[in-house]
Amino acid sequence: MAKILNIVETAYRATIEEQDDTVLWLSHMLKNAGADISILLRANAVNYAAKGQDASGLSFGESKMTHAPEIDKDVQKMIEKGVAVYLVEEDAKDRGLADGDLIAGIKKIKRKGVPELLDQHDQVWHW
Amino acid sequence: MALGKTLTIAIMDAPYESSNSTTALRIVHAALEKGHNVNVFAYEGAVNLTMKAQQAHPNPVKGTSVEQEQHPTTKDWVGSLFKLASKKGVKLDWVNCGLCVDERGAGDWIEGPRRGGPKDLLDASSASNATLVIPTK
Amino acid sequence: MAKYLVIESRDPFDSSDSEYFSELVQGISKRGKATTLFLVQNGVLPARKGSKHSNMIAKLVRSKVKVLADGFSLKERAIGKLVNGVEVADMDRLVDLLLEPGTKAIWH
Repeated sequence: MAKILNIVETAYRATIEEQDDTVLWLSHMLKNAGADISILLRANAVNYAAKGQDASGLSFGESKMTHAPEIDKDVQKMIEKGVAVYLVEEDAKDRGLADGDLIAGIKKIKRKGVPELLDQHDQVWHW
Repeated sequence: MALGKTLTIAIMDAPYESSNSTTALRIVHAALEKGHNVNVFAYEGAVNLTMKAQQAHPNPVKGTSVEQEQHPTTKDWVGSLFKLASKKGVKLDWVNCGLCVDERGAGDWIEGPRRGGPKDLLDASSASNATLVIPTK
Repeated sequence: MAKYLVIESRDPFDSSDSEYFSELVQGISKRGKATTLFLVQNGVLPARKGSKHSNMIAKLVRSKVKVLADGFSLKERAIGKLVNGVEVADMDRLVDLLLEPGTKAIWH
């Protein structure tokens, strides 16, 4: 079974109308289908590991958003399922995220460690 | 380069929004032309590439009629790629991600593509010589 | 030994992320992996000789990264003179590179 690394960098793209991040969702589905998959959050997507994201409260006319995305919880669920979720340390620091701001179980790596992470996987899918 | 290999490509961009779509179809064309099989996993907006209801239109800036303008439609380009695959005796397997189709109302597509899901991407990739993901921004 | 084919569709005039990708490509190459950078779409813009970011491309060429530029994308943008060491290629070549055994293909 090939080891796949899904790199997620774009954040909050259509997450309201999708009720999740579609690449994280896809990763979860691939895991459910038996894939040996890991995730690397980089660039703005490091914010997906921030605790306490709240997208609730939107309505359009009388259409209320009933199930807002809870992306931090989605990431947490994947970690609990055994998906290794990495995060580029410098990208988080650049965005003012301290360790205490992040959900538990995230594996931090330095930017210069990314090539080695790529080498450890058979396929690298950069979303 | 040995022919008869299989390439899997995952795409996400809706038509007429990004040059990624054109490049992806160029890669598919080149691979089929060389005698390789291609699997396409159309995710998110890319499921709109094959919608039957796409129509060419005139161009009022250029003053052209529909016939003169010959405006491309991605559904015609994809349809032509299926014909190319058939001519070359290779397989083009185009999967439109079902839930993406449902939420976009993109279910009425040209002949050729089939409905599928993430497992199809995994299965296709596992059985391919190479996989390329072309993301959207 | 794994080979890397990195396909750059973005450009440093529009995307601050291009610098990250250039550093990543150098990082991969420094680990001794055969690395090809295939520029496509606006990714070819810095390869024009004299462009503000042509040094970024020149640095990659000096780092032993094979730098290819999509001929159609160059023609589309009327780019004639290229940074030294950049080779013009086409989709046929890209397909060949994708299908070389042991290749990891990454699109940016």
